[in-house]
Amino acid sequence: MRNQVVIAGIGLTPVGEHWETSLRHLAMEAIQVGLTDAGGLRPQALYVANSLAPALSRQSHLGALMADFSGLRGVEATTIEAAGASGGVALRQAVLAIAAGAVEVAMVLGVEKVTDQPSSSVESALATASDADYEAVQGLTSSAQAAMLMRRYLHEHQAPDDALAGFSLTAHHNAVSNPNAMFRRAIKPEQYAHAPVVSDPLNTFDAAPMADGAAVLILTRPDTLPGNGSHPVVEIAGSAVTTGALALHDQPDPLSMPAAQAATQQALLQSGLTLDDIQLFELHDRFSIYAALSLEAAGFAPRGAGWQLAQNGAISLSGRIPISTFGGSKARGEPGAATGVYQVAEAALQLQERAGENQVPNAVIALVQCLGGAGATAASHVLRRQG
Amino acid sequence: MMSEQPIPETSDGRLMRPGRAAGITGYGAYVPRYRLPATEVSRVWTDGKGGTPVKEKAVAGLDEDVITMSIEAARNALARAHIAPNHIRAVWVGSESHPYAVKPTSTVVAEAIGATPHTQAADWEFACKAGTEAMQAAIGFIGSGMAQYALAIGMDIAQGRPGDALEYTAGAGGAAFIIGPAESSLCTIDGSYSFTTDTPDFWRRANQTYPEHGERFTGEPAYFTHIVSAAETLMEATGTSAADYRYAVFHQPNTKFPVRVAKLLGFEPRQYETGLLVPNIGNTYAGSAMVGLTAILDEAQPGDRILLVSYGSGAGSDAFSLQATELLPQRRESAPFTQSYVQRRTVIDYATYARLRGKLVMK
Repeated sequence: MRNQVVIAGIGLTPVGEHWETSLRHLAMEAIQVGLTDAGGLRPQALYVANSLAPALSRQSHLGALMADFSGLRGVEATTIEAAGASGGVALRQAVLAIAAGAVEVAMVLGVEKVTDQPSSSVESALATASDADYEAVQGLTSSAQAAMLMRRYLHEHQAPDDALAGFSLTAHHNAVSNPNAMFRRAIKPEQYAHAPVVSDPLNTFDAAPMADGAAVLILTRPDTLPGNGSHPVVEIAGSAVTTGALALHDQPDPLSMPAAQAATQQALLQSGLTLDDIQLFELHDRFSIYAALSLEAAGFAPRGAGWQLAQNGAISLSGRIPISTFGGSKARGEPGAATGVYQVAEAALQLQERAGENQVPNAVIALVQCLGGAGATAASHVLRRQG
Repeated sequence: MMSEQPIPETSDGRLMRPGRAAGITGYGAYVPRYRLPATEVSRVWTDGKGGTPVKEKAVAGLDEDVITMSIEAARNALARAHIAPNHIRAVWVGSESHPYAVKPTSTVVAEAIGATPHTQAADWEFACKAGTEAMQAAIGFIGSGMAQYALAIGMDIAQGRPGDALEYTAGAGGAAFIIGPAESSLCTIDGSYSFTTDTPDFWRRANQTYPEHGERFTGEPAYFTHIVSAAETLMEATGTSAADYRYAVFHQPNTKFPVRVAKLLGFEPRQYETGLLVPNIGNTYAGSAMVGLTAILDEAQPGDRILLVSYGSGAGSDAFSLQATELLPQRRESAPFTQSYVQRRTVIDYATYARLRGKLVMK
């Protein structure tokens, strides 16, 4: 890549049920915080990560809408959609544009509003991320997809029923000190054991809550950063997007997540770093099974052993590979396409030492990954603190 | 006996009080005898799994409707009021299940109890609080001197869509209140306040059998916002706090919501338990808070203050500050206590319920 890309500003809204706030107003809240954090930089390009607005808000054409509404009328703007990976893929476009020298300052906006429709409509909209003609038409929901993977995983590796409990326990523990998190209460193992079943064997603590949220990243080159920045500079050292088979039944080995493996390998290669250099991993935890599979795909655990990292404390803030450091999708909340942007923002806050009580000690290098569907799209980024 | 303390006014007149003080001259409840356990609903729809929001709900029989139920409640109210029915100058029935879209419930009730022909009559609608606004209007009739007595009824025979979360709780029942001059009443009404917004949390079009709702939207932005706003404003306007009330009763769509709102407002179980009937009879919609009030009046002592806050989807809350008088203990004996209706039970199964509630397609 020609130019280095660094993060100039971060803006987040709390994730939750924003009954009173519309899609565009929610975006505006995050944009205002992000632009202020970026010290006055004006973006020339806006990449909007969103997947559900056409179905749930009857609103497409978000590039034009958000540019117009936020006072950026005239800039290059478009929506990037890759289901749950939209946030990471949108960031990739910004990185490419800046690296190529086509754009000096770019804004990545992840925004999703799910509370204007009943839950059945949200479920239908989410199902469009699967194969419409062969999966969704049969009634397959995203929860059922994850449940099938979880069932296979527990069977193949002879893991106990509560093997994945540690992911939601860790997430909820970390969210207690995140003011933007939707759920800020720690949970106990007994709660996981007695949680109502969503889609057998997946229970309510294996599934992240869909909610509203907006997150913004302002990106630029190091030489165009405003001089008054007080935070350490965080560089996007590696950026990769890959795809895999869309339908579960077309994946030769659904538990291996080849797209996730490849995206991480490519991002690491670009950064010149190895897995051992990674100090925290903001991974895709919309369902707990994806957290386990993501750890294995990245190489942090051998196949079938990802769940053990959740049992032995390796994924806690003080462990070998902290994940969900601000609560992850499970406790911070899952705002659909915006999640990928929240993840990068949270990793950047860690590297800038702005994580407060959630601070991972001496964090310099982070891996961030979001997935579309059951791993059909994977977007991996490696973030590195400079200096 | 009226309260000796003067009630402070808010500067913009939000608190509604008539020039001539009004009160409850007579009151009566009605709850049908059939009970559908919530476990029956979950047996059919969720394989017996998952929690239930109430223990059981009241179900009306084949030949009952809002008219028949209102008549019995009104007769109970008359029995306690010790007045001649032809002294009633308004008969108002609030419900979201009037038998007709056009043809008033209230005229049939008025004739059945002997209040016709020299009376005003009208049907009211505001989802689950249609009865309490009839009470407020009745206070206006009495307070202005337009009438000595006005009858306000909140009664429902609510329909729950099969398989919907609300099917566990959509119950039947309600209450009738004869409003009259405060000085001869069983319970004075010291002030009222209404909080209203355009909030579409729950609705039914005219040609729909079952209502629809906004799921979690029915909670914080709807029920809690309106009840809390109405209660807090009424208490502020009357210079009272939770501790000043011996009893509090709220709209009861399930067990969790009224308990949570009571705690939010600073009330303790001993204050809200008496009026909390929903675990045993379900959500009686327009009659919900009102039938809870009847249970309170069945045991309140002279001087006890009562806070009543209804909630109607769409949305709004009516809050009332009431106080029991010396006449209450003796006169309440003239009609059946609400608990006797609650305890009069015939448990039915889901199939019987489906038949009674007309859910079986016959044609």
